[in-house]
Amino acid sequence: MNQASFGISVSLFASIDWHGFFFLLFAAIACVAALMVVLSNNVVRMALHLVLSLGATAGLFFLAGAEFVGAMQLMIYVGGTLVLLVFGVMLTAQTQLVSLRTPAGDRVIASILAAALLAVLVQAAFSIESWQKPGQGMVSAPTATPLGMALVGVRVDQHAEEGLLAPKSGYLLPFEIVSVHLLVVLIGAAYLARAKRRRVPRPVDLVASVDSVEPRSSGNSSTTILSGGSE
Amino acid sequence: MIIALLGVASVSHYLVVGAILFSCGVVCMAVKRNALGVLMGIELVLNGANLNFVAFGSNYLAADGKSPLGLDGEVMALFVILLAAAEAAVALAITLNFYNNHATVDVDRADDLHG
Repeated sequence: MNQASFGISVSLFASIDWHGFFFLLFAAIACVAALMVVLSNNVVRMALHLVLSLGATAGLFFLAGAEFVGAMQLMIYVGGTLVLLVFGVMLTAQTQLVSLRTPAGDRVIASILAAALLAVLVQAAFSIESWQKPGQGMVSAPTATPLGMALVGVRVDQHAEEGLLAPKSGYLLPFEIVSVHLLVVLIGAAYLARAKRRRVPRPVDLVASVDSVEPRSSGNSSTTILSGGSE
Repeated sequence: MIIALLGVASVSHYLVVGAILFSCGVVCMAVKRNALGVLMGIELVLNGANLNFVAFGSNYLAADGKSPLGLDGEVMALFVILLAAAEAAVALAITLNFYNNHATVDVDRADDLHG
């Protein structure tokens, strides 16, 4: 009796398509969390749901056999970009800014447009016959080494198939461009977000403008001109 | 039962998930008034595109066991992830600058140029 139920449970375990099960699980988490990002008004909750959605997408990458991209998604997106966003939320968190409401008319128009876009995209996704066939489920070799070699300009995956006759070019130049781009972006972001120091007026300026000085409510001298129109 | 009906996931299923993420991101970019919400919409859009790249490049999902895109899809996904990180850094710096100058992150208030 016990043995029979054990056998049944083993056969049940083996009969379940675990790839499909985890695909459904991660896809449902990703889509529902993305919907919650749209529907939620609280920016802190939006950040939390975005973490869920991106993490589930990393799971989908693992399921598709792209384990290195999935790991990078977890490390860079969830570990880096989202932390950056949460810091932004914390730095700008004021009670009236945490939940800004959108007018209902905008919501309706945007959701109609998005539904149209989604219909087109889904129709396109099912339009090609070979995309609908389930995959062979061929477990490929780990992708980290071929990816690294492709990034330094050597396509080991192509060479293995075609010999050295028709070598595809690697990604050395895009890799360098992206590296320099990241450096420039880092410097630019640090420059943009630096703490503004209030300019100390020189004594000559003080003497010249001593009668035209107006009392300022905000301390930042360079921002008063910029924000004058909106206050 | 549903899983048995659905079978193994194909490229089309990945494309549908990517389409849903993309649409959610577009709506998020359009309707959110918080600048950080707009940033999150951009992240969702890039992520949906990334999912498509990985699905097309995956040998595991290819019907004949050999994807025509191959490793290129994963390289593109890596580049998209890197550029999204760079974009988030700059956009966050701009948002913080805007917050310092205007004491708000409401994008509707960013109308100094009267555009």
